[in-house]
Amino acid sequence: MAVMNVNPTRMQLSKLKKQLTTAIRGHKMLKDKRDELMRQFLDLVRETKELREQVERELENCNAHFVNASAVMSKQSLDGSLLSPKQQISVEISSKNVMSVEIPQFETSARTSDSGDIFPYGFAFTSFELDDAVSSLDSLLPNLIKLAQYEKSCELMSAEIEKTRRRVNSLEHVMIPRYQETIKYISMKLEENDRSSRTRLMKVKDMLLDKAHGYSAG
Amino acid sequence: MAKNIAVIGDSESIKGFAAIGLDIFPSDETEDIPKLVRKLSDSERYAVIYLTEEVYEMAEKERARCAEKLTPALIPIPGVKGNMQTGRQRLSSFVEKAVGSDIIFNN
Repeated sequence: MAVMNVNPTRMQLSKLKKQLTTAIRGHKMLKDKRDELMRQFLDLVRETKELREQVERELENCNAHFVNASAVMSKQSLDGSLLSPKQQISVEISSKNVMSVEIPQFETSARTSDSGDIFPYGFAFTSFELDDAVSSLDSLLPNLIKLAQYEKSCELMSAEIEKTRRRVNSLEHVMIPRYQETIKYISMKLEENDRSSRTRLMKVKDMLLDKAHGYSAG
Repeated sequence: MAKNIAVIGDSESIKGFAAIGLDIFPSDETEDIPKLVRKLSDSERYAVIYLTEEVYEMAEKERARCAEKLTPALIPIPGVKGNMQTGRQRLSSFVEKAVGSDIIFNN
């Protein structure tokens, strides 16, 4: 691992030591964050998977109803019955913070409170298959919205986990070893300087003694 | 803030959603789809946009734009033509992104 390009001074050494403790603490916290996010993510994904399978099955059912309805009704009258809706769904969005990831919460409300308003047509000229189709789709709606909420949460959480994992790895395998190497390099360099100045002093002392008294110490 | 829900797809698959109060956008011409998806996702009017699987596959760039945002959520749903497993693959790609390998869907 490369040593950072710094001056080998005591000042730098203490600065780097401080940075190393911060890095280690940050690493530990990010690691905890990653682990907790991962646990929640996996729970959510399992739940989402079940929900999606259920929704897809039910949707297939609804589509079958619609196909039946279109078989007994003409295309014009089918389109005419459906395409002027009375009902309008609106969604209130709030967000929830899970380990610093904002995940959406959807709260739906319908424009009219009458549950019969999902049928935008009179029953006289339409097939009962169409009623089945529309009511089955309506009963699917809460799950469909829950699915959207879950899947969006999965998407956001997976992106955050990836980011956190990268951070943890870069701290663990790049930053922290680099700090440690640099600290080692600086302390070695300082010790080396210390030793060399000590030998120089001893040498000078020798020379001075020799000059003054004609003998050398040691 | 209250937003609505949109559904984009071939008219056969989505017309039922109009009755229960969702806004539908039939897209039977394929070249307009990315434009339509972009317009709806930028309009900030929709919290959730359901896309049939065919549409979902075609709007890759637009999906990436919404990936980091809270809304809209672009969610694939199977159309009348049958299930292409797009939703399942999508979930499995999330797991792969987060964990590194797919540990939920590999059985």
